[in-house]
Amino acid sequence: MEDLSLHILDIAENSINAGATKIVIRIAEDHGKDNCSLSVEDDGRGMDKETLLKSEDPFFTCGDNRKKKKRFGLGIPLLKQAATECGGEFRLDSEPGRGTTLFASFRCSHIDRKPLGDIGATMLSMMCGHPEIRYVLFYDISSASGNGGGFHYGFDSDALKEALGDTPVNLPEILIMVRDSINRAVAAGREQAKMTLKSHNKV
Amino acid sequence: MTQKEAFMQRLTIDDLKKIKEQYEGTFALRHGGYRAKVTIHMGTCGIAAGARTVMGALVEALAQKDVQDVIITASGCAGFCSKEPMATVEILGQAPVKYCCLDPEKMKRIFAEHIQGGNIVQEYALVMGNENSY
Repeated sequence: MEDLSLHILDIAENSINAGATKIVIRIAEDHGKDNCSLSVEDDGRGMDKETLLKSEDPFFTCGDNRKKKKRFGLGIPLLKQAATECGGEFRLDSEPGRGTTLFASFRCSHIDRKPLGDIGATMLSMMCGHPEIRYVLFYDISSASGNGGGFHYGFDSDALKEALGDTPVNLPEILIMVRDSINRAVAAGREQAKMTLKSHNKV
Repeated sequence: MTQKEAFMQRLTIDDLKKIKEQYEGTFALRHGGYRAKVTIHMGTCGIAAGARTVMGALVEALAQKDVQDVIITASGCAGFCSKEPMATVEILGQAPVKYCCLDPEKMKRIFAEHIQGGNIVQEYALVMGNENSY
């Protein structure tokens, strides 16, 4: 995986396979603490303790062996590696029937830290592939100074559906608009955070 | 301000209204059925190999040509991880065709020649038919 937004797309696919109807993605950058984190929370069927432990093992598969299909889930181990490689943490919480929450953090300034990448394209792909699911995205940047200048962004596909009425959410034009709108907002937020950082350094 | 309101402000509600009006009449048509279905394989392997850009290219091609009767969907790993990114193109009433080793340019060509033109792009095709032998 080249960037974190691809990891998010991959992890969300697990949630969808677990029968989730709602996926909440939280991305937070705290430049004061040199920490960025992402979490993906779903309301799928969840996992028991045993499966939970195994899911971080790259050689574990939940495929049905009787069907002679062996599929190895590499998505979670890859993200865990990406996080731990750059001084971050990785956590996976789940309970049968109560959904799963994945949390990964990274040291922002670490040389191996993957960039966030095209988060808009990730939202486009998810909404295109599985439009029936509710996607919520939160993106927060706290600047180094810690006194204001923070950036908060929220996206909720249900709000979009509400506004669109009968028009399906997975129309190509709408998907592209959502992608560009998210990317524009994120770029603006980053710019804003950068400016705050600069003015803070001057003082 | 709630999160929903904050979001709606950013996405310019006028844009949404325009799209809504534009599609009001055609929605019944779209809902009634589709002529072709494209499945992008989006397992870990597919995503790592670039399935997201392939899907993006197809969505853009559909928007550009204003195609209404093609639906795009996502599925998991198809078992040929080394051949990813892959896509299955299914024209209604015909056997599905699996394409492999795709990139945005190849996807655009498949869209023009196979989905719109009706001719399978044999260079990129891996397999045809419904078999599940993998």
